[in-house]
Amino acid sequence: MKRSVLASLVLIAGMGTSNALAQPEVEVLHWWTSGGEARAVQTLMDEFQSNGGKWVDMPVAGGGGDAAMQALRARVLAGNAPTAVQLKGPSIQEWYEEGVLADLSDVGAAEKWDALLPAAIGKHMKCGGKYCAAPVNVHRVNWIWANTAVLARAGIPMPTSWEEFNEAAVKLKALGVTPLAHGGEAWQDATVFETVALGIGGPGFYQKALVELDPAALSGPTMIKVFDQMRTLRGFVDDNFSGRDWNLATAMVINGEAAFQVMGDWAKGEFTAAGKIPGKDYQCSPTPGAGFLYNVDSFAMFKVQGGDRIAGQKLLAKLIVGENFQKTFNLAKGSIPARLGTSLGQFDYCARRSSYDMDVAAGSGTLLPSYAHGMALRGQQAGAITDVVTQHFNSDMGSAQAAKMLAEAVANSR
Amino acid sequence: MSAWLTRHIPKIAVAPSLAAVLFFVYGFIAWTGYVSLTRSRILPRYQLEGLDQYAKLFRTPRWDVAMENLLVFGVLFIAVSVALGLLLAILLDQRIRAEGAIRTVYLYPMALSFIVTGTAWKWILNPGLGIEAVVRSWGWEDFRFGWLVDPELAIYTVVIAGVWQASGFVMALFLAGLRSVDQEIIKAAMVDGVSLPRIYASIIIPSLSPVFLSAIIVLAHLAIKSFDLVIALTGGGPGYATDLPATYMYAMAFSRGDLGQAAASATVMLMTVAAIIIPYLYSQLRQSHD
Repeated sequence: MKRSVLASLVLIAGMGTSNALAQPEVEVLHWWTSGGEARAVQTLMDEFQSNGGKWVDMPVAGGGGDAAMQALRARVLAGNAPTAVQLKGPSIQEWYEEGVLADLSDVGAAEKWDALLPAAIGKHMKCGGKYCAAPVNVHRVNWIWANTAVLARAGIPMPTSWEEFNEAAVKLKALGVTPLAHGGEAWQDATVFETVALGIGGPGFYQKALVELDPAALSGPTMIKVFDQMRTLRGFVDDNFSGRDWNLATAMVINGEAAFQVMGDWAKGEFTAAGKIPGKDYQCSPTPGAGFLYNVDSFAMFKVQGGDRIAGQKLLAKLIVGENFQKTFNLAKGSIPARLGTSLGQFDYCARRSSYDMDVAAGSGTLLPSYAHGMALRGQQAGAITDVVTQHFNSDMGSAQAAKMLAEAVANSR
Repeated sequence: MSAWLTRHIPKIAVAPSLAAVLFFVYGFIAWTGYVSLTRSRILPRYQLEGLDQYAKLFRTPRWDVAMENLLVFGVLFIAVSVALGLLLAILLDQRIRAEGAIRTVYLYPMALSFIVTGTAWKWILNPGLGIEAVVRSWGWEDFRFGWLVDPELAIYTVVIAGVWQASGFVMALFLAGLRSVDQEIIKAAMVDGVSLPRIYASIIIPSLSPVFLSAIIVLAHLAIKSFDLVIALTGGGPGYATDLPATYMYAMAFSRGDLGQAAASATVMLMTVAAIIIPYLYSQLRQSHD
């Protein structure tokens, strides 16, 4: 009996020391499980491990992150949150309000994040004024992609306004080419809608309507014009677009079946995989109008117990914003670094343009969050808008009625 | 002691499953009802806020579409499956050759999951891949069959796929019923010179009424829980034209982080089912007491 007590004391003492000397450890919940994304996350894992950390991977695929959020909810309710979770935009704030996010302000101060991150993006990473998440990349949503050969055949340049786009589309239709490759999923309808809203209403209107949810802007004459353009675009997609995946729509542009696609810069991965070269085989340019709609992926840090896990969390946060990771990760994923001043030598033309535009937009206050990709609004409000947008696009609803329904749906979702 | 055991062993054996059902079914129903009265977002919160979530739910056009779709889908799915299943069973009952093989063919769809059915019909009904494309390639250039991409008609494609899956099963139910009809009565009727359609209409089909009841009960629960079929076939689209209450609830709970709203929609679904089931149970219980 005495011996066993002694033995367990020794064991406990041993556990104590091993805790104090333990290596930094993180458990990372994410849903980057496909091709380029899995490679991108591997770069982070490698870098973390070469800095002496222990990485416990927790990938949960499915439903564009829905399954991962389900897993997260279960873990948080069980009082055993993962160390770091792939979260973005306002959902970081939602989890903060549940009181489960950690404080990273010492890492942020030591690494001078205030100076390294664009103010608009840094704002998303702060909970109650303190850093609680680290950004990994910036996707630009308002891109329009085009097949160079098809444009040359039709004799049209890249459109710089939606009127020009409409004229070009009529010419393309006459040639038997589908002007706009599109997949009829709600989020894709929403993606086109927000770029049209930005192009027709301008950044000020976008901010008022889709970020501040101003009722007058949501139901006003500008919004009606935006819906008019959506109706026009409906005529430029093929009959068979319902339920098509976005990458199949990109494939239509790649093989010349369609001329244009409106999609974020993840579409570039499809062109690259098909062996196409930007500027030569395909064109990338911002959708008509000024402004930059961003979709920033980030890792939020949850409150955890134990010195090794807190150390792991801080190390991970530091590495994520580090120059080396920002470069390798974004080269693999097709996005651009969130960290300002990262050298872009190895990036392609589209990424450099995106980065340049982001700097300009940050200076002029036109760096705006994408509503369609969950950066501007909380789930309920964004969902209410998307319901109206997709309902309008997939029926013969009038523009004035759509604008009215939009204001009602937003009011109802609060 | 042993007498006590013999008396109580059945109760002891049933107790754990009873406790599990009480907790996991009725306990969670109560919990969902409670959450529907709160403003829960991504995580449950427990301050009561009244009936806000229900007011919101009934103001949401998407919910109206979902309820309407459930009605259209439920009624058509049950009616067409029963009618088609009965017809197939009667035809198969004519002492034909290779009956066993044909019966198996019709029964096989039931062995598939709704996900497989939905995906297969998604391809068959897709205008660019399926029936429309094939008929056009045969030379009918103007042939149109775009129900799947038409928001007004898309819900009927869900009915088609559901009927395809379930009617073979209904046929098997009716076939068993037909085989158990007393042949003597039929022979007597034939001797009296009654025509075959009249025999079916007046003797055989009325004697199948218990089969009708069980077929409708089975189909009704398939209709109410057919979430996977819609997800695989249309994903709720075009727009949200083929949303059902179950897909609405899933979207609110798991995509939009709105647990309160999802709980309210789940509670309304439960009430709808209860409104149908409770009168039925009541009548059954009364019968067994008589």
